[in-house]
Formats: sequence, structure tokens, C-alpha cells
Amino acid sequence: MGKKLLLQHINEPGIQTFEVYRKMGGYASVEKALKTMKPDDVTEEVKKSGLRGRGGAGFPAGMKWSFIDKKSEKPRYLVCNADESEPGTFKDRYLMEKIPHALIEGMITSSYALGAKTSYIYIRGEYMYIVRILEKAIEEAYANGFLGKNILGTDYSLELYVHPGAGAYICGEETALLESLEGKRGNPRLKPPFPAIAGLYACPTVVNNVETIAAVVPIINNGGDEYAKIGIGKSTGTKLISASGHINKPGVYEIELGLPVEEFIYSEEYCGGIWKGRKLKAVVAGGSSVPILPTNLILTTAKGEPRLMTYESLSDGGFATGTMLGSGGFIVMDETASIVENLYTFARFYHHESCGQCSPCREGTGWMEKILHRIEEGRGSMKDIDLLADIAKHIEGNTICPLGDAAAWPVSSAIRHFRQEFEDHIKLQRCPLSR
Amino acid sequence: MSLVKVTIDNIEVETEPGTTILQAARKIGGKGVPPAMCFYTSLEGSGGKCRTCLVKVTRGSDKDPRPMPKLVPSCRTVVQDGMVVQNITSPEVLQARRAITGFLLLNHPLDCPICDQAGECYLQDLSYDHGLAETQTIEERRTFVPIDIGDKIKLHMTRCILCYRCVMVADQLTGQRVHGVLNRGDHCEISTFITRAIDNDFSGNMIDVCPVGALTDRTFRFSSRVWLTKPFDAYRDCHKCSGKTVLWMKNDQILRVTGRKDKYGELESFICNDCRFEQKNVEDWVIEGPRIIERHSVISQNHYEQM
Ligand SMILES: Cc1cc2nc3c(=O)[nH]c(=O)nc-3n(C[C@H](O)[C@H](O)[C@H](O)COP(=O)(O)O)c2cc1C
Ligand code: SF4
Ligand code: FES
Repeated sequence: MGKKLLLQHINEPGIQTFEVYRKMGGYASVEKALKTMKPDDVTEEVKKSGLRGRGGAGFPAGMKWSFIDKKSEKPRYLVCNADESEPGTFKDRYLMEKIPHALIEGMITSSYALGAKTSYIYIRGEYMYIVRILEKAIEEAYANGFLGKNILGTDYSLELYVHPGAGAYICGEETALLESLEGKRGNPRLKPPFPAIAGLYACPTVVNNVETIAAVVPIINNGGDEYAKIGIGKSTGTKLISASGHINKPGVYEIELGLPVEEFIYSEEYCGGIWKGRKLKAVVAGGSSVPILPTNLILTTAKGEPRLMTYESLSDGGFATGTMLGSGGFIVMDETASIVENLYTFARFYHHESCGQCSPCREGTGWMEKILHRIEEGRGSMKDIDLLADIAKHIEGNTICPLGDAAAWPVSSAIRHFRQEFEDHIKLQRCPLSR
Repeated sequence: MSLVKVTIDNIEVETEPGTTILQAARKIGGKGVPPAMCFYTSLEGSGGKCRTCLVKVTRGSDKDPRPMPKLVPSCRTVVQDGMVVQNITSPEVLQARRAITGFLLLNHPLDCPICDQAGECYLQDLSYDHGLAETQTIEERRTFVPIDIGDKIKLHMTRCILCYRCVMVADQLTGQRVHGVLNRGDHCEISTFITRAIDNDFSGNMIDVCPVGALTDRTFRFSSRVWLTKPFDAYRDCHKCSGKTVLWMKNDQILRVTGRKDKYGELESFICNDCRFEQKNVEDWVIEGPRIIERHSVISQNHYEQM
């Protein structure tokens, strides 16, 4: 059994309540941090832990915290990114729904480290029922003296708010999120300046994913060094994986980073193998935005080494033969899945979600969707394949925010690894696989 | 303050610190100036959106000589001492620009023959300079029904490239904000919120900042092709604005009044709606003389010698 740091007590009856959560050792990190550590010591532990952002980009959390402008006279903010809208990703939902106090505890300890006096949880509007769960948890934390004025009798005070978005994937991009939180249209900002210098209301701000913030709890409780012992190299600790698709046991799993991909897919502890005794065809390993890989390249790297669930191993070989850990949305496709059909679904999503600020993404996402629709319906031409690849290439890297890249990568990787399937669609003038 | 030195397409120029690459390139002038469809010097926060001005930074600065990993928008990237930039000397930049031009034209109706902006349209110029000769798309274009925003301004959303300039004018120049962007992605619409008319003294400037034919002057619509009118610098005493304008005339009739734009389409000063829409008699103005249009567009093809 892999070690569990986040979901350890998930099956404890009543763990949603403050009382049971506290009984299971909850809020110890707040006590430890506020009573025995200086804010910078907390940051130092997070640095030592090697924790990397769990929202997709994998940026070292401690380093991000140390960029925050502490010389500024302005207030500082911690904003939790609970917008979770990437297709294939549903781990934050699971954590917040099942064990909401883990996030609240992480928010308090992290806010203390950053010197934030007001913090926000920005959550996607579709998670309305979780808003209620979190608000109840926050209420309990206030009632028990873990939020509000003079927490645990110290001179540290913190106000915590939950703010629901209005249902936009783009508001998960951190600067669009901040715009939205300020009550404006959720358009991403041009960077620099980065949020650590000018974020919410132009004040120094850190934006972190739900899972990143929750991971601060075991890091402070057990020490950064202890956390760093789990995992391999620069991929330390545990990671929540949202497993979906053609597997026997879809769901959210907490894995130790470094687990072989093959074991994750086939072992009974995790996905339990491909359903209906079918064969594996392809995997999207880190949420819809990352490059799709065929069976041979997801199980082993191009060098023939076993592929591991780490940031480094998954991206081994670059985009030519590798992919990314991303947000940990692990989508498995069996031999009956149509790559073109799935890609068309993704393309529709990105077209629908582009904010429309910059021309390559605004126009390119719709264009790719139309071409993919045409190919899937058997009305494509051979020229379309290169045109698609060309559009993706010209969106990539040329946009304001990474949504453009996220729309382009699935397309270019699908053509790279499954070109034959596109050609079959065009020759047969129909999808050879869809029912 | 000491000046910073930047090299653009092998030409060195010294600029004030804080200058953008685009401004530095404009200081050099000529063919090496990146096209800018959304940036507008006097509008705060403008730029960065259309991506036509992307350039390659092959050397960050003397302090940090590393090249920048991606192409950067020259309109929003500040020069550093010792920076080296490639614009038209970089095949990568030209290729990206061609692609961006394609993106901007993808849903554009290409209705230049019936568009009032034809001849002074920055998208026309961009396509001429950077576009492909043939279309790559067979897809249906998205369309919108033209609407009136206010009694003097027409909006053809089909032609809009979402530069956000007009929104910024409405936001920054005029008191009340009734105009913004609705929806997302390629369904975005510039709109007055719930079709409320834009009614204030400076709203007409939205027409002047629009790089394409999305916002046009209803008092001028369809009365002449722009290159058949002759521009004159003129002024009048106006208590609302500078009163310095350009009159676009046919024979001795004033067909339209605009602000004075430089070759990058930027206004010397914003003018009021009174000057723009209401003063169409020659007696209302003191004419200073013919205005030379420096742009290389069709509009500069007036021949004063034939007057
Ligand atoms: C289009 C887009 C959507 C994103 N959505 C999310 C999201 O839903 N949740 C999230 O944590 N990060 C999301 N991100 C990443 C954030 O911009 C940011 O990197 C992250 O919240 C930082 O937190 P971390 O360092 O803890 O991962 C998104 C990025 C982009 C470009
Ligand atoms: S890349 Fe797409 S989502 Fe991001 S700013 Fe540009 S148009 Fe908006
Ligand atoms: S002018 Fe620079 S991005 Fe539009």
C-alpha cells in the first residue's frame, strides 16, 4: 500500500465535521506553525519538502512563496484555485467534498507563512454544493478559534472567504481568476507583472491549487525533509490522480510519486486494469491539455525504461515521445476508442472556453473544432491533417495565456502518434470506430 | 537618466528606459516597424491581444543575454539595455505574422467592396503585407447582424478583431461605462450592455480608434470611398476639445470629420462629438491646408495636384 498523506482519514465516519477531523489530529499544523514557528520557517519547510504545484504547471511551491513581495506596504493575499475545470480532473472536488477541513487547515497555515490577513478560495460555480460544505467548515473553524481575530490566542488573525465563479474554465488560469475575483470579466492578464508582485487588487498574491495547499498540512506536521523522502528526485510526496475512462476502477487515488504507470493502470490497488478484458490504446496522463500517448509510449519511455508517475519521467522525451503529469487527470482509452472523436470533444471544449482576447486562440480553437468535426463525420480531406497540425503549431507559444497551448497540444500529439487513424477516417469517409 | 541601447533588425537605437520594443522600432521607423492592431499609446492597458506585433528577442539584455523562449508582443515588452530584437529579419516572426493574419481573417467577411473603412483599413494593409494569396478555409464564417450603437455609430461585429480599443475609449475617456465585451471566444461581441445607446460627448472617438470597419460613422456611411475625398487640416474654437480635426471633402462639401491621426493611426488628440458629427458646413471651420497622409495605404493616393 502506498503512503497516504491527504486521504488517510477519508473513510472515517463524520470526517467532514470539525469534531471528528480534530480528533483525528486535524489542525495540528496550525498549532505548530502559529505557536512554534516564524512565518519564514513555514516557507522554509515547504521549500525543503520539494512540493510542486498540483494545479498543472508543477512550479515549486516554496519558491513561489518566497517570490512574494514582502517589502510592499500593501496587504498580501493567498488565493486558493479551486476552479478545477480541466476535463478529466476531479481530484480537488473529491478532497473538498470528503475532507473539507484539510483545505481550510492548509489555508490557515499557508496564509500565516505568507503574512496574508485575508484569503480566498475561488471555486468553480458548478461546485455549488461544495461551496456549502466549505462554508460550513469555515464556520466551524471560526467557532473553534482557528479563524478570525487572534487565532489560538496569538496575534495572528485571518479572514477566509469562499468565492464561486460563474462557470468558466479560463477562470482557472491564475490571472483570469484574480480578475474574476475582483468582479471583472475573467480575461487573463499579460505577464509580467506576476501575481507575487501585483496580483489581487494589484497587491502581492500567491495563487495555489487546492491539493498544493492541502499538502502543506502533512509537510508542517512531519517536516519538509520527511515529505521529501517520498517520491523520486524532484517529484516528491504524494499526488492525487483522477482516473477515468476504460478502466475497471475509475476514481481518485492518492499515489506516491514514482509509481510505475503500468502498476497504476493494472494493479488492483489502483485502476484494476482495462475493462471488459480489452487492450489499452492510449492515455491522456495529466488532464485534457497534455499530449496523448499510445500504449507503448505511456508504459515505457522511448529509451525503453518503465514510465513512472513523476513530473520528469512523464515528460521524458519531450513532446516527441513524452507528455506531462499536469493536473493528474488520467484518462484511459481502450482499443475501441476513436482518437479523432475524442479529440473533437476536446476541441469543442477549448473552443467553447477560449476567452477570446488574443487572436490565435480565439480563432484557431474554433477552426480546429470545425476541421475535426468534418473529419470525424467523414467529410475531411488529406490536406486537413497538415492544416490542423499547422494551426496548432501557430497557436502554440503565441498566445497570452497557456489555454492556447492547452488547445494545441492534444491536436499535435494526436496527429503525431495516430496519423493513420485520421487517414482512415478520410479514406473511409466515416469514423472507423465509433458506434 | 541614462538611455538604453537596443538593436532591432541590426539597427541600433537609444531610447528612454521603460520604452517598449514597438516604440523603439517606431523611433527607427520604416519597414522594420511591427504592425500593431490593438496597441494604442494613449489608451492605458491596451495591446498584447492581437499578436500581430510579435517579435523575437535573441538577446535579453547586457545583464542577462539569454534569448527569450517565445516570441513576445513588442507593444508590451519593455526594452533592456543591450537587447537585440529581430522583426522582419526573422523568418519565424514573419511566419507567425502570416498565421496571425490568417487567424484575424478567418471569420472576417472580406466585404471590403461595401465597407466604409476600405482604403484606410489596417487589416487590409496587414493582409496585403503579410497574408496568403488564397484562403485556407472552407468553413462557414460566423456572422452578426449590424447594430446601431447610439444614433451616430454603426457596429458591424462581423468585421471586429476584438482589439478592445473602443472599450478602453469608452472606459477611460467617457464618464459612464455602458459598453463592453459580451460572451467568450469567437462569439465575443462588442456591445452596449442590453443595447443601451452610447450617449456622451466623446463616444465618436471609438470610430477613430477602430483599426477596421467595425465601427463607422453613420453620418458618412456610403457617401464616398475614402480615397475619393480630400483631407484638410482644420480647426474651430471648441470649448469641449482641441477643435483640431481633419475634414474629408469632396468638392466643397464636408463628408466627414475625424481627429488627426499619425501614420500608425493614433490620434493627436481626441475630439468631441460636436466637432465630429455636427459641424459639416465649411463656414464652421478655419481650413489650415491639405493634410498629407503618410500611410502607405490606398488612402494616401489622393492627388492634390489635380484639385
Ligand atoms: C486555462 C487554464 C486553466 C487552469 N485551471 C486551473 C484549475 O482549475 N485549477 C488549478 O489549480 N490551476 C489551474 N490552472 C493553473 C493556474 O494558472 C496556476 O498555475 C495554478 O493555480 C497555480 O497553483 P499551483 O502552483 O499550486 O499548481 C489553469 C491554467 C490555465 C492556463
Ligand atoms: S490564449 Fe485563449 S484563453 Fe488565453 S488569453 Fe488568449 S484567447 Fe484568452
Ligand atoms: S499590437 Fe501588440 S499585440 Fe496587438
